[in-house]
Amino acid sequence: MGKKMEVRDLNLFYGTHQALFDVSIGAEEHQVLALIGPSGCGKSTFLRTLNCMNDRIDGVRIEGDISLDGEDIYAKDTDLTLLRRRVGMVFQRPNPFPMSIYDNVAYGCRVHGITDKAKLDEIVERSLRQAAIWEEAKDRLKGSALGLSGGQQQRLCIARVLAAAPEVLLMDEPCSALDPISTMKIEELVAELKSSFTIVMVTHNMQQAARVSDSTAFFLNGRLIEQGATDDMFTRPKDKKTEDYITGRFG
Amino acid sequence: MEEKTRKEYIQNLEKLQGKVAAMGELARAAVEKSLTALFAGDTALAKSVMKGDDAIDDAIVEIEDDCILLIAKQQPIAHDLRVIATGFKISTDIERIGDHAFDIARTAKELEAPIPAGCVPLLRELGDAALWMVEAAMRCYREKDLSLADQVRKKDTEMDTLFEKAFYGLSNIAESPEERGRVTQLFFIARFLERIGDHSVNIAEWVIYLETAERIRHTKASSAPGR
Repeated sequence: MGKKMEVRDLNLFYGTHQALFDVSIGAEEHQVLALIGPSGCGKSTFLRTLNCMNDRIDGVRIEGDISLDGEDIYAKDTDLTLLRRRVGMVFQRPNPFPMSIYDNVAYGCRVHGITDKAKLDEIVERSLRQAAIWEEAKDRLKGSALGLSGGQQQRLCIARVLAAAPEVLLMDEPCSALDPISTMKIEELVAELKSSFTIVMVTHNMQQAARVSDSTAFFLNGRLIEQGATDDMFTRPKDKKTEDYITGRFG
Repeated sequence: MEEKTRKEYIQNLEKLQGKVAAMGELARAAVEKSLTALFAGDTALAKSVMKGDDAIDDAIVEIEDDCILLIAKQQPIAHDLRVIATGFKISTDIERIGDHAFDIARTAKELEAPIPAGCVPLLRELGDAALWMVEAAMRCYREKDLSLADQVRKKDTEMDTLFEKAFYGLSNIAESPEERGRVTQLFFIARFLERIGDHSVNIAEWVIYLETAERIRHTKASSAPGR
């Protein structure tokens, strides 16, 4: 397996404030990369650079290389719509649209011009199945997405992203608003999805990083302190700062 | 019933128990073969038992690594935690049983001939008891059979009696000057077999802890709490 996404010497500035310093990191194909670190360490900022979501913020300046399958995503001719289809994002809080479950999942496909009912039905079912919510949703597809529980809404949002047939899934603390059982369901889902996708997940929960990821990256004050196999990071971290953080000695 | 979560974790706990059981089988077979080598004076078999000890040593390292990773990554609690804690402890007892099988095999190799006839029944009784205890301890681990765990604990009293009998029996045979050197080595074998029984009792007690969370070590078999 090669690197699906690769970041080299990334520096990011909000105006004169530098938020990321010389970050170099790779996300292996069909693996889960967890980004951990205390609040404000730059991990969410970093995640958003992976599908050019910081571009909308005034005064942001980005230096360095970020590639998807070896192609620079910050090249001038990058089609942002296509990029965000290939690199989908799941946010911290479930954010279903105020419409039916079916329409939530079909939304992106319709935007991309798919109108064939049979085709849409197929995509909706496949996506809901992939997101492990089909059994709970199949009898209420026309019901409002807002009637679902928080955990179900988050899986619906994952289904909505999957409907666009992405290659990389970015997840920004996808369980932080969920109860423990819903959290476990999302973690189980992540373990299953990685056979089809490459996943980069920001999490505040170190135990979650340990449970679900193949490799872990620890950020502190905008710098990547350490990246390595999760098995190693949680048994023999190389850097004292990593050890102090994952053992709860500072935060 | 909803689909279970944490499938991979649960599979890893099952794999761990499978590895402990497989390691136990290696040690049991080593004890059996070392006794065959001893009674038959089969030095080739004794050497193969000694060589096989590496596989047991490799197994414990693998089991310990698995336990450490599961603790570091999965935050096990309750029964899951006991699966891991007992994985550590039982594999240590199995490794010691393997070491004693190695010691018996090495002695068999050094004796280079069948042991004095008078010693055979004494050691055979002790060997049969030790072998039964290892086999039963590992079966109670595999099948989580707590009544069998109790039987293993009770068998230890019989084992102690047999050890005493063997000790005095061997002492009498050692009175003969021409046999003294060889019989002295057999005392050690009697001790190794008695220790194998002790490790089997430990395993049985860890199985009881695994299934009930009750710590019954260092209590008499008949006075285990709630049993």
